[in-house]
Amino acid sequence: MLATEEAVEQMWGVTLDRLYDSEEGRRILSCIQCGTCAGTCPHGEHMQYPPRRIITMLKAGLIEEVFASDSLVMCVNCYACQSKCPRNIRLTEILLPLVKEQTIVRLPQMPPELQKAVENSYRYGNSQGESARKRALWTKTATVPIRILADDPRPVDALWFVESDLAFHPRGQDVARATARVFDALGADFAILGNEERTAGDCGRLSWEPGLSEALIDYTMSILKKYEFRRIVVSDPHAFDAFKYRYPMFGFDETVESTVSYVHRDLEKIRPRLKKRLEYTVTYHDSCCLGRHNKLFEEPRELLLAIPGIRLVEMVHTRENGLCCGGGGGGMWLDTYYKARGIERLSDRRVREALDTGADVLAIACPYEISRFEDAVKVAGAEGRLRVRDIMELLVESFGDA
Amino acid sequence: MHANILVIAEHLKGRLSGIVFEMLGKAHALATETGGGVEVLLMGHGVRALAEELGLASRVLLCDHPALAAYTPQACLDVAEQVIARRAPDLVLIASSSMGLDIAAPLSVRLGVPHVSSCRDLRITAGRAIVTSQMYGGKMLVESHLDLRGAIVSVLPGAFPEDAGRIAREAVIEALPVEGLDAPHMRFTRLIEQSGTDIDITQTPVLIAVGRGIQNRENIAMVEELAAIAQGAVCASRPVVDQGWLPMTRQIGRSGMIVKPKLYMALGISGAPEHVEGMKDAELIVAVNTDAQAPIFGIAHYGVVADIADVVPALTEALRNAHAPA
Amino acid sequence: MNIVVLMKQVPDLVEELEVDAGGTLLDRAWLRFITSEYDDHALEQALLLKEQHGGTVRVLALDMGEADEMLFTALAKGADSAVKLSGDFATGIDSHSAAGIYRHALEGASFDLILTGVQAIDDLDGPAGAMLATHLGLPYIGVVSGIDVDTANGEAHVRKEYPGGLLAEFTVDLPAVIGIQAAMQPPRYVPISRIRQTMKTASIDETAAQGERIAGAISVERMYKPERAGSATMLEGSADSIAERLLDILTEHGIGR
Repeated sequence: MLATEEAVEQMWGVTLDRLYDSEEGRRILSCIQCGTCAGTCPHGEHMQYPPRRIITMLKAGLIEEVFASDSLVMCVNCYACQSKCPRNIRLTEILLPLVKEQTIVRLPQMPPELQKAVENSYRYGNSQGESARKRALWTKTATVPIRILADDPRPVDALWFVESDLAFHPRGQDVARATARVFDALGADFAILGNEERTAGDCGRLSWEPGLSEALIDYTMSILKKYEFRRIVVSDPHAFDAFKYRYPMFGFDETVESTVSYVHRDLEKIRPRLKKRLEYTVTYHDSCCLGRHNKLFEEPRELLLAIPGIRLVEMVHTRENGLCCGGGGGGMWLDTYYKARGIERLSDRRVREALDTGADVLAIACPYEISRFEDAVKVAGAEGRLRVRDIMELLVESFGDA
Repeated sequence: MHANILVIAEHLKGRLSGIVFEMLGKAHALATETGGGVEVLLMGHGVRALAEELGLASRVLLCDHPALAAYTPQACLDVAEQVIARRAPDLVLIASSSMGLDIAAPLSVRLGVPHVSSCRDLRITAGRAIVTSQMYGGKMLVESHLDLRGAIVSVLPGAFPEDAGRIAREAVIEALPVEGLDAPHMRFTRLIEQSGTDIDITQTPVLIAVGRGIQNRENIAMVEELAAIAQGAVCASRPVVDQGWLPMTRQIGRSGMIVKPKLYMALGISGAPEHVEGMKDAELIVAVNTDAQAPIFGIAHYGVVADIADVVPALTEALRNAHAPA
Repeated sequence: MNIVVLMKQVPDLVEELEVDAGGTLLDRAWLRFITSEYDDHALEQALLLKEQHGGTVRVLALDMGEADEMLFTALAKGADSAVKLSGDFATGIDSHSAAGIYRHALEGASFDLILTGVQAIDDLDGPAGAMLATHLGLPYIGVVSGIDVDTANGEAHVRKEYPGGLLAEFTVDLPAVIGIQAAMQPPRYVPISRIRQTMKTASIDETAAQGERIAGAISVERMYKPERAGSATMLEGSADSIAERLLDILTEHGIGR
């Protein structure tokens, strides 16, 4: 059902006013009002109109009432409703962003953090509002050589799309440097876009901003045309989603892999390097995009289990049922908005689940989690008890030579 | 060359602003160096008592008129223009403040003299005024040279020590006639005290910020005490606010307030980028943290690796002693 | 209500500023421009007044930096027309000269209100809006964060910010020039698709800037970066000796008096 090509084809060009012109749009009519979507939504109880009711209102021609409520501002694009829908309605991929787009433009006031993130992404190519000229600064402190295509445009096997959180956030930069070391250990032929890279545009799209998404996709497509590469390897699962599901609508047809599966495929090449025992109890957080949306459940766990000494424990919500960190769909910039409405941050809930397992490491594979979970660990007063580490960081730690 | 300097005073709710004494002190020093004098223009109604505080000036020019009872840009502009034209000073100093911003540039157009804004240092050398201005949000300093022919300089509050202007001396006061304020296009109606439920930390010059390193809620009281004696306010990073230890109106950072205080004291704040975004432009940043590797030390001007439970009471005590009459 | 908004481009502080070889100007090589924050608020306030009282909003800008992007964004947000005043602004322009250009552009024009940012980060010689008011013989008041217009009486009630959370309210006869500190609502969000659409469909009026350049009034001799430690000066010793050092530092900076 989630075959990429089919999805892309069917998602393309669907708009609210021509919803029923498409097969996917018409599928919405098959809703049996079972309410599974509302029940599975991590913010369902805070939505006046959860997906089930949105469909009711849509059928009744009352969708304006849904726009006028802020229900869809609560949507963190976690794919939970879509993955559980017995009718396979593409809620997260099609319907919800369209409703969200209309909801946001009608808000009496756009949440300022979200507005800033969108404006920054449009102007600087990153939501942080950092100078584009500083994007590749992290490579200066990397311990392995990192080729930047603008300086050395020879063809390359893997074009590594680093994305903004890894390029700019200090903890993200730790992950970027670790990832580079892992690639180096694989003997990979890889290179990055450096300062030419801009955010891929996925979160712009998923948080309702098609104009931003198009502008960023246009830009990235024009940059990618300059270089020859066999595949794009993407660290940020949201960007991975963008390349896999949105870019093809604009004519993109390159091979896309996530960092996790790229490293996993050649795991045997680095296994001999995993010498240092890490006596950690680790629990792994399934990112929504990698996990529920792209079914990468086993690969990240197998990477962790390849590290000698690591004991893997699972949280209450895991794999298909993993609990979202709350950062998707613009949620990254809606913490204040949610808090003002008395909604607990999902990352706080998730970190409590991690603490309940007794783990001392919360392993992640999505750069959003670093700042979200490290903050939540502070809120839980569990600093020193629970560390948040990207899988790439743990692999490098097990190399034991740094 | 003698430099005769005119300082334009401002006052609010019956008190002269601190910047007036800053400018007066500086002007007096420069005038003394060059053998010139300082006059202060004081506009208001029934403000002779304020004129008495300006004894350091060679002369206080008092313009008293009912239309000047409350500051009104248009009236002050008209009066200041008349007085400057009549006294022909070599240099005019105006506060770079809410009031000064209204009149400095228009005066320069009306009088046909140059104006330099955002001054944070001023010298007179070889018959010219050398003004150092803070431009581009403090990222650059610009040094401009002006002929002493009536140029106007807007001075940033905090540029010069206030004490130098507060020398107690008997003031020489000259009342000047005020004319031509008959048909104002602008009328003051009232002062509004903003009665929000909480203070506005974006407007507070001294901020004492606490992070998770504060450990527990009880320690907030200790920090409140420091803030009170430093005439500042307590604010926090997100985890502290999330704990409910302080209201959201005190939260600094990407999801809170963006502040640019004169002093930002970061106590137990590690300096995550989400927080730094909200305070990096503070004029002076002092960080106290037990972790010597905390990123906050990368942007702070001064750092202390210590437990805040040791440093805060000691600093509170030191400030208290400094305030106590000798 | 016919409102004119003056907007300008200023150096974007996100990019590292450098001084050029001459030592008195910013190095233009890496300079990027952005709409002055206060001008964005002036536009927002104008749009709010238009929504309340009807009328038009016309935006004027000198052709500097990313002026086109700024003007199209203003149109996308709801401005009715945008005028770009073209000229040689390659090395920037001082506010006195800018005020002279605006004077030429607006003399004889009909409007009720001119709104502009109260200041900008590069106003070495002061805010142009205040000077324009003098040229046009109009009242000026700045640092304003609230405006109510009484169209029947042709006046505006404005609230001006003072330190310490104090506001002063004034009644100003229209037309007038008002320097905006903050609009009554934060500058609005406009979907990026609408900006992109506006660029394809709307147009900007372009006219040559007229007015004398007022040169030489201020001679800038030097521009330089303030010293700023890359990392903190660390204070060591007992809690009491650290407290004494901190006290000295605070006193030096005029804090805690």
